[in-house]
Amino acid sequence: MSLACSQPVSLYVHIPWCRVRCGYCDFNTYVADTSDPGVTSPYVCALLREMDLAARRIGRRRVETVYFGGGTPTLMPLADYARIMAAVRDRFDLSPDAEVTTEANPETVAPDVLEGLRNCGINRLSMGMQSAAPHVLATLDRAHTPGRVTQAVAWARTAGFEDVSLDLIYGTPGESMADWGQSVDAALALEPDHLSAYSLIVEEGTPMARRMAAGQLPYPDEDDLADKYLVADERFAAAGLEWYEVSNWARPGHECRHNMVYWRGGDWWGLGAGAHSHLAGRRWWNHRRPLTYEAALEGGQSPAAGSEHPTAEQTRVEMIMLGIRLSEGFDAALLTSTETARVEAYVAAGQMRRRGDRLICAKQGRLLADGIVREILD
Amino acid sequence: MAYSPGSTDPSAIRNFSIIAHIDHGKSTLADRMLQLTGVVDDRTMRAQYLDRMDIERERGITIKSQAVRLPWQVGGEEYVLNMIDTPGHVDFTYEVSRSLAACEGAVLLVDAAQGIEAQTLANLYLALEADLTIIPVLNKIDLPGAYPEKYAAELAHVIGCDVSDVLRVSAKTGDGVEQLLNEIVRQVPPPQGDADAPARALIFDSVYDAYRGVVTYVRVVDGELNHRERILMMSTKATHEVLEVGVISPEPVKADALGVGEVGYLITGVKDVRQSRVGDTVTSAGRPAGEPLAGYRHPKPMVYSGLYPLEGNDFPELREALDKLQLNDAALVYEPETSAALGFGFRVGFLGLLHMEIIRERLEREFSLDIISTAPSVVYRVITEDNVEHIVTNPSEFPTGKVAQVFEPIVKASVLAPAEYIGTLMELCQQRRGIQTGMEYLSEDRVELHYTLPLAEIVFDFFDALKSRTKGYASLDYEDAGEQEADLVKVDILLNSEPVDAFSAIVHKDRAYAYGVDIATRLRKLIPRQQFEVPIQAAIGTRVIARETIRAVRKDVLAKCYGGDITRKRKLLEKQKEGKKRMKMVGRVEVPQEAFIAALATSEVEKK
Repeated sequence: MSLACSQPVSLYVHIPWCRVRCGYCDFNTYVADTSDPGVTSPYVCALLREMDLAARRIGRRRVETVYFGGGTPTLMPLADYARIMAAVRDRFDLSPDAEVTTEANPETVAPDVLEGLRNCGINRLSMGMQSAAPHVLATLDRAHTPGRVTQAVAWARTAGFEDVSLDLIYGTPGESMADWGQSVDAALALEPDHLSAYSLIVEEGTPMARRMAAGQLPYPDEDDLADKYLVADERFAAAGLEWYEVSNWARPGHECRHNMVYWRGGDWWGLGAGAHSHLAGRRWWNHRRPLTYEAALEGGQSPAAGSEHPTAEQTRVEMIMLGIRLSEGFDAALLTSTETARVEAYVAAGQMRRRGDRLICAKQGRLLADGIVREILD
Repeated sequence: MAYSPGSTDPSAIRNFSIIAHIDHGKSTLADRMLQLTGVVDDRTMRAQYLDRMDIERERGITIKSQAVRLPWQVGGEEYVLNMIDTPGHVDFTYEVSRSLAACEGAVLLVDAAQGIEAQTLANLYLALEADLTIIPVLNKIDLPGAYPEKYAAELAHVIGCDVSDVLRVSAKTGDGVEQLLNEIVRQVPPPQGDADAPARALIFDSVYDAYRGVVTYVRVVDGELNHRERILMMSTKATHEVLEVGVISPEPVKADALGVGEVGYLITGVKDVRQSRVGDTVTSAGRPAGEPLAGYRHPKPMVYSGLYPLEGNDFPELREALDKLQLNDAALVYEPETSAALGFGFRVGFLGLLHMEIIRERLEREFSLDIISTAPSVVYRVITEDNVEHIVTNPSEFPTGKVAQVFEPIVKASVLAPAEYIGTLMELCQQRRGIQTGMEYLSEDRVELHYTLPLAEIVFDFFDALKSRTKGYASLDYEDAGEQEADLVKVDILLNSEPVDAFSAIVHKDRAYAYGVDIATRLRKLIPRQQFEVPIQAAIGTRVIARETIRAVRKDVLAKCYGGDITRKRKLLEKQKEGKKRMKMVGRVEVPQEAFIAALATSEVEKK
């Protein structure tokens, strides 16, 4: 089946390695020594093979965004970044003003690395700051010290990154409201173009979940999370960063275009172990384990482990479920008449509002978005 | 030569019961008697032979009595002993009294390591009232912990006999059982009756059998009941044909007739024990007796509870199961009811708490139903100011208008315990609005306390409180003692201003606040936060007496939702939508049924 069309496509590249595994993380990551080419080389070869497969399937489509996620992509040698980016340019029509992001951990970047990334064509940096409080970083198993972030951001600016994003996590056990306020202020002091702030999610099966179940760590308190969210939202807005998705804020024009593709139901191809793709109404996901993933491609097979073809109704639900999280909201025409009637109660209560043909979560409704979707959908 | 049923000389008959507490060894003693008299050989013997139902064997409770005809010889003379089993629990006092009414004597069996218990004592009083000859027996004399001297003295004191009159047996080893059988023949008087008078037989039990229909156990007082005869039930005026008559020894043995003093069974083909009621008099339809035997009482439920299937779909199965249980239980009454919190179920009336527990357990075990039950309630009589009387078996029936008077059932209770617990027991009884009416020392260190108590206070958790405060040593018996006026109110629990029927309760005015706080606190912990603030109120009429608040949910949104999360998130949403459909709605408030169930269940657990 050919998926060729004129629509642009986004590329996600999954780099699955980390130096240590953080206690709260349930991502598809593996601790590995990436200075050993024996580790990275077969994986990068597999990525290129998958890119070939993608190019055969969808043709030389225009690519507006590329996103290196992980894992800790910056553990990957620069030469591999260069190979991957060259392959993207070779097989696809990489737009001259494409947004090309890599995630980075503060402790893995140095001035020469950042310069090298720029030279590969990477123009956006998303850095995992998480917190400015040392005891919070320790609970999260993060290896960096708060000062390292300041330095890394400065280096990034020197290297010419005009788009720097920082990630923060709130609600870590032991984090006081004052700790969080300091983290927010510290992040803002670095003048990032974009901020993501996530409440700590305790995922099943993680070491942190086990420690909580054993009573060694307290569970996050929902009220505390709500309070911290509101503090962050207020200070970010005061600093000129506007919310555009539940957990994301940006200076106008610096919203993450790649993530917007996900949230607007656009097309993307996810390359790498465990990566998800969405193209022409179909979703699939690759084998999670890097070795399985590599073996499939080496054997000339598709690396897909599973797929689904959402029904029209499921697609409609997704559009609402994702759109309600955005400042642009969702198209009111997606709702049935009974759903529209239920929305009115939220509009009347000031939790949602209408803007043209869009329905948007007001500030009072933003933290209840999932509950609102459950209530309004038939 | 041995006597055959229908032609037994009354002077050779000895009808007796064994009065004993649970675990004091009645079934084991019965087993030995079956073996010694030769009606069961050693090869077919099994423990607790007469206790047929699983549930009885495991709990050690005999719910349904049976009568066994045992041949026995003393001094070359043939005798026929009819051993009539009695149920051993407080809820079945009436059934016990009817079994005793069928006898001339009773063996008072007491564990030599534990002494007499309250229910045994109560049943002993029933036997004494019925003028039965009492043979006191200490069992388990072989146990290392036995105090035969001490408890023989106690028994002698209670009955007013000599210590040397107390027999000592070990039902387990059989030691002393032969002498006991001889003493039964010697001491228990033979039945007296008029063989030529119109037939009168006392029904002391009736049991439903899936193959035979109802098996009715009778003791013939006057005249004779014959095979193929038409009989008349004197209370219901129903007539039936006797399809089979016989004795149990210990398997059924058919006979042509039952004569004066004999004990046996009748089968008429009826399918429902309510047509053959315990205490009723059977007479001949062709030549009916003028007067029934004294003492018949229609069973009256004392305690009501709502029973609901955990799975709403199981409602028809629950109905079917209750229908089946009722075939064998004339005291079980029920009617459908609906609860906003629990769905469709039944309001079920029971003789008492044990009866309720047994029914619940049988529903779960024999019919594989998962049942949730509401707090038990007694029957109140409420007079409103317009002078209308309301009988209230369910708090929801409590009249909403101005109430002039409320009457609650009371019981005469006796508690038997080691004397060291007098203080704690008096405190407990006082808390439960009890009025002490007397106290007697059974021996130096054992005491019997007499109280008048509201039945409602007993059905709640009294028995458990009693046991836990006395390390299990106290025993309890009670009997209906009419009603009293009391300062009772109905407390409603309101969730966001909507009453939750399952938690309404009729309680004493002084307890209303504590009840309201207790339930409101529990529900606050169990009901998930909603998108709006939900008040939980306890109210008497329109007056709120306690309040808790479930605060509105403040955060209900996943922090992260990127490309790989979308499928998972949509599936989660689909699952949550499914879950919403199973929620019980109380007004706008969504409550998982588990929360209601947990709130009802913890109320049982915490009280224990």
